Amino acid sequence: MRTLKFILQKEFRQIFRDPAIIRMIFLLPVIQLIILPMAADYEIKNIQLAVADHDHSTYSRQLINKITASGYFKLVDYGNSYRQSFGEIEKDRADLILEIPQQFEKQLVREDASTLFIAVNAINGVKGGLGSAYLRSIIQDYNREVRMQWIQFPKFSPEPTIEITSSNWFNPLMNYKFFMVPGILVLLLTMIGVNLTAINIVREKEIGTIEQINVTPIKKYHFILGKLIPFWILGLVVMTLGFVVARVVYGIIPVGSFATIYIFAAVYLLAVLGLGLLISTYAATQQQSMLISFFIMMIFILMGGLYTSIDSMPEWAQWITRFNPVSYFIEVMRMVVLKGSGLADIKQQLLIISGFAVVLNAWAIYSYRKRS
Amino acid sequence: MGNEKVITAEQLTKRFGDFVAVDAISFEVSKGEIFGFLGANGAGKTTAMRMLCGLSLPTSGKATVAGFDVFKQNESIKKKIGYMSQKFSLYEDLTVKENIRFYGGIYGKSDSFIKEKTEKLLQQLHLTNEANALVRSLPLGWKQKLAFSVAIFHEPDIVFLDEPTGGVDPVTRREFWNMIYEASARGITVFVTTHYLDEAEYCNRVSIMVDGKIEALDTPAKLKEQYHAESMDEVFLQLARKATRSDG
Repeated sequence: MRTLKFILQKEFRQIFRDPAIIRMIFLLPVIQLIILPMAADYEIKNIQLAVADHDHSTYSRQLINKITASGYFKLVDYGNSYRQSFGEIEKDRADLILEIPQQFEKQLVREDASTLFIAVNAINGVKGGLGSAYLRSIIQDYNREVRMQWIQFPKFSPEPTIEITSSNWFNPLMNYKFFMVPGILVLLLTMIGVNLTAINIVREKEIGTIEQINVTPIKKYHFILGKLIPFWILGLVVMTLGFVVARVVYGIIPVGSFATIYIFAAVYLLAVLGLGLLISTYAATQQQSMLISFFIMMIFILMGGLYTSIDSMPEWAQWITRFNPVSYFIEVMRMVVLKGSGLADIKQQLLIISGFAVVLNAWAIYSYRKRS
Repeated sequence: MGNEKVITAEQLTKRFGDFVAVDAISFEVSKGEIFGFLGANGAGKTTAMRMLCGLSLPTSGKATVAGFDVFKQNESIKKKIGYMSQKFSLYEDLTVKENIRFYGGIYGKSDSFIKEKTEKLLQQLHLTNEANALVRSLPLGWKQKLAFSVAIFHEPDIVFLDEPTGGVDPVTRREFWNMIYEASARGITVFVTTHYLDEAEYCNRVSIMVDGKIEALDTPAKLKEQYHAESMDEVFLQLARKATRSDG
């Protein structure tokens, strides 16, 4: 214990003496939490629309007005030839073309039916897909309005219609920030945990002080605990800061208890720091360790369920996410912050993450050698 | 100098794949002795020393340090030795005092021991005014003297010094060797590798390594006699010219 006290004293002194680390720990997460959720928006806006209007009627103009008034579309080109509109897509200035045929108004009024054509620039698949879906629903809406105007409905509609109403549970306004902020906080915590631990130890390797440590009677677990404890505490501090930002900037107050989150985070940080430790035992230089952790973080982020839903991944990819600690914490964060889940509800995730913590740290201790 | 042997090595060997870094070296070092370990770059000095310190596992042979076996009791050895590596290895972002306290602490020394000895040490090194300065800010010569003092702070039986005076000016080197003599007089065995052949003259006994083997081992006076040489420089050159390994 006394040995550990001396090691901890040294580690804390070094951390607080390094302004770069202090900035990385306290300033970066706050800035990122303020900026990222605003920018990383799920909703597709500013869809560039080119219209080829062959009709130039009141109805066609009404329809276009309705589309642009929705706020999702920007009318970048309005003309009367499809070829001209397609030119806009080719120059990547338009995402969608809406072609309104000649006689659009006439057909609609007289024949009760007309056809519109939508062409999608599918290079950005998500934008194209969502854009055409939005456009479709606006057109349908418009269609209904027109029918209301023109057709006298009989008392009983000849065609049965089903009206769908929905209600959004747990995030009633579907505010994506409630969904993103806790997730981004998890990513930040992971990144800081892995990198700081890995770099810290590898730096001692580079400078040569680790050899001096290895020639002392310090026990392996003393050394490793000495590295883990400070970053574990700092990790919890960063998370606290994150929740302060979430509350002040986004008004997010967890529905569940903070105790549940902190208990999970405490175990989660052990797992993440263990990973950092493990990287440090394999990397000889800071560049190597940065590269390895960068590679791992890419997978963690993209397969963590924050930017892409795990449920819609192929089976094999879902299987990979089960080895991604980030995915469990994001899940838990959402359960506790949005649904108010308690310790009993996250029991399974807690158990799995404890497994991660044990395996990663045991592996790191095993592969850390005082003697080569 | 007693007859008690604190280091014994018998056919001690270290291989890295096909490369034999240290080739079956055998020697003994007595308590309180200043034992010089000479050799060109790449001769295997550092590897040999790292095996004795428990930093590197020998491939074959036998060795004991402070009565402990280097294969099995390497962690027990570590309580009894001090080590100063080629690379400067104090923490540059800690102060002089903090470094001393840290190394004293991890060797299990009591607070009162650390406090008293730190005061004494700072006076000896004339560092009292720099006690709270970051080690980074000290000149190299001072750093090396401090590193040596830290290496023997916990009063080890043996101290291993790996080219301790590299890049240090002649005056500081002289002072450094005075510190080595003092330590030796207190009964600490000194095992030192060096490039400087004038320093070899200060040693009680000297071994000269060429291509992983010990080619010569005796007191400086006897070596000079044996090789009909005026100085250790000549002795060394006669032996080192036989080397076939390239520098490195």
